[in-house]
Amino acid sequence: MEKPETIRSKILIVDDSEMNRAILANMLEDEYDIVEAENGLEAVSIIQAQGSELSLLLLDIVMPGLDGFGVLAEMSRNHWLEDIPVIMISSESGAEQVERAYGLGATDFITRPFDALIVHKRVVNTILLYAKQKRLVELVADQMYKSEQQSNLMIDILSHIVEFRNGESGLHVRHVHTLTALLLDQLNHKDERYHFSQLDISTISTASALHDIGKIAIPEEILNKPSKLTDEEFEIMKTHTTIGADMLENLPIHRDKPLVKVSYEICRWHHERYDGKGYPDGLTGDEIPISAQVVSLADVYDALTSKRVYKGPYGHQKAVEMILNGECGVFNPMLLECLTELSDAIRERLDREDNSILDSRQNLVGLTEEMLQHEDVTVSKRTLQLLEHERIKHDFFAALTDEIQFEFTMNPLQVTLSPFGAKRMGFPEVIKDPLHDAQTLAMSGPETAYALSDLLRSTSPGQPTITYDCLLNVGGEERWHRIVARATWSTDEPPRYMGAIGKATDIHDTRVRLDDLERQAASDSLTGLLNHTSAKKQIEIRLNERPHGKFALVIFDLDLFKSANDTYGHLFGDELLKHLADKLRKSIRGGDIVARVGGDEFLIFMEYKDPLEPIIRRVYHFLCGPFGDFNISLSMGVAQTDLVGTAYSDLFRAADRALYTIKRGQRGKGAKYVFYDESMRKDEAASAISPIDNGEKNEAEGGETP
Amino acid sequence: MTLEECYTALGGDYQDVLGRLRSEKLVSKFLLKFLDDGSYDLLVTSMDKGDWSEAFRAAHTIKGVCQNLSFTRLFTSASQLCEALRPGGPPQSPDLFTQVKTDYEATLSAIRTYQAGLPA
Repeated sequence: MEKPETIRSKILIVDDSEMNRAILANMLEDEYDIVEAENGLEAVSIIQAQGSELSLLLLDIVMPGLDGFGVLAEMSRNHWLEDIPVIMISSESGAEQVERAYGLGATDFITRPFDALIVHKRVVNTILLYAKQKRLVELVADQMYKSEQQSNLMIDILSHIVEFRNGESGLHVRHVHTLTALLLDQLNHKDERYHFSQLDISTISTASALHDIGKIAIPEEILNKPSKLTDEEFEIMKTHTTIGADMLENLPIHRDKPLVKVSYEICRWHHERYDGKGYPDGLTGDEIPISAQVVSLADVYDALTSKRVYKGPYGHQKAVEMILNGECGVFNPMLLECLTELSDAIRERLDREDNSILDSRQNLVGLTEEMLQHEDVTVSKRTLQLLEHERIKHDFFAALTDEIQFEFTMNPLQVTLSPFGAKRMGFPEVIKDPLHDAQTLAMSGPETAYALSDLLRSTSPGQPTITYDCLLNVGGEERWHRIVARATWSTDEPPRYMGAIGKATDIHDTRVRLDDLERQAASDSLTGLLNHTSAKKQIEIRLNERPHGKFALVIFDLDLFKSANDTYGHLFGDELLKHLADKLRKSIRGGDIVARVGGDEFLIFMEYKDPLEPIIRRVYHFLCGPFGDFNISLSMGVAQTDLVGTAYSDLFRAADRALYTIKRGQRGKGAKYVFYDESMRKDEAASAISPIDNGEKNEAEGGETP
Repeated sequence: MTLEECYTALGGDYQDVLGRLRSEKLVSKFLLKFLDDGSYDLLVTSMDKGDWSEAFRAAHTIKGVCQNLSFTRLFTSASQLCEALRPGGPPQSPDLFTQVKTDYEATLSAIRTYQAGLPA
């Protein structure tokens, strides 16, 4: 029996009863490292994180949430069962349960009560069996790779003969080969219905070389005719599909080999169309084997971009457009999507491969990599150790911060939270399909969740990091968080979005403090009104938004404020200003802006509809009146955008000017509010006292001075 | 009270458990661990709430634990309750649950007596 190596095999025990886990762990812990999970989701998360480090799963059936069958299904969907054997444990010994477990891919079944010896034996045997099988698979793959190299050479020669006769460049077969492999790989990523192993892809793309082998039996005059074929000639041309297929079918040996079977499909059906209008059999949709569909598309693309006796070459872009527009036949829509997505990659690859020296060197690199993968076991063990070390390090540092750390993966579709993060949010550590998870959406609101998802998808492998501030509902309280995340992109071409890692930091207190500071900075500390600077900013925004609106700016100050201060004291002066500010707030409408300019000077900014005068009069009289023993009386200057335009500085200067005329007594003793007019402009320009103008219509004289 | 006497008191099969776990020390260790197992509390609260699927899982866990420890008497009543709960509704007869309660109390009291007699 194999002795445990320097690194001990690791077993994951999944059971919701701690007692049962403990009994099993006790039976195995002398020889194996034990990891435990108390439910299905946790198990999936551990498998996701530790992957091939695990040598075996002991899996209970009845568990809350995701049960044992669910875990098996998930493992099968992600192709984990190929690497990790599963022994089911249960007191359910019904034939149905056993059958279902085996059906889903379980390797073995242990029923309770546990017998230490039996459990131990089964575990040891299963692990050994899998290890041996893995090694065998690798050996076989190695052998196959070598022999495939040789058969590739034969196929190259054979297809070259066909091309030679056809007058083609000799690159056609190679191009179709490359395109086929690219398309199949893309299909793998696109739709989970397709799972082509590397061997499948290799077989199909190798077989693609034989797609036109039937042309060997087509008369040369037809094959190389530069003008359009007659109906009769075309009928003969069409037979290359069935002739090729027959040749393969009638092979005296190897008929059952996958390569020959796939070649047969490709030869016979690479001229079928998705809408059923192709030949020779008029197959429709997915009746056409996927191998033939892919090769057919690759064939058409390369025919378009190559020079032929009857046509010149089209450029890459043009060829793709023609195919997408349906000018060259009807294809599986999903394959067309693949073609679009691969567009850049195709051009690049084909350009590169046409340089055959480079090509062969790359093959060599690829070959070396494969050899390394197959033969160097010690390296992978060390890598595992390093990985384990990294994981411990990460867990340690994650536990030290009070950030919510998360990892999002597309496959499987889930978010894994750091233990602290999960606890903080009251979430499980693993959340499946978070964009459709009620709890997640309740925490962030759907907009935030989708915005974040869109933001991450819009990154690129070069610039994968984003920062996003949002409100998250954590523990029943809405708090500001800053999310910093990094999208993970695959390294193949074109890069695929694989998910993201990131953290959410609570920035609520900082943010609220900043907001407060901002508000404080914008307002006058005594009255709580806006200060001049921020009022100016807001007014300018308003003026810019509505350049054709009618606005008025009012500046006013308190008459006799200085003497009030002198008579009643500064405390009274402050109270007076506060009182006035309160009244000012009450006197205005929703959209108006009021501010304390400084000292006893205030401003009002409003949008109005004619006439303006009654509005000003109402405000004026509302603000005046007794405050204690003091009678409030004001002087107001008003400027309108009609007259002076929408520049704030012009507006302010004009209102100030109007106010100034009252102060200088130019308006007579009773004048309490004055509208700016043209005469004051002259006045301003001359900067000299002018005689009383005749702008009486805009001016209210006297009033009931309090 | 010896371990074997404890098993007799709680209606278990000592020879069976010893045959499987292969050490008296282990049997004693897990027997005492039974005192900390939360499945019974979960069963009681789920039954009270009428959460039948949770109650089923709890009964199922008790059944599995008893099976491993060869607590034959409690295993039998827990199994019956478990099967009665499997369809997802309340058990047809309340007696099944009462029986589990009685057996559980008896088991617990036997283990406590055994524990009390252990050298400190």
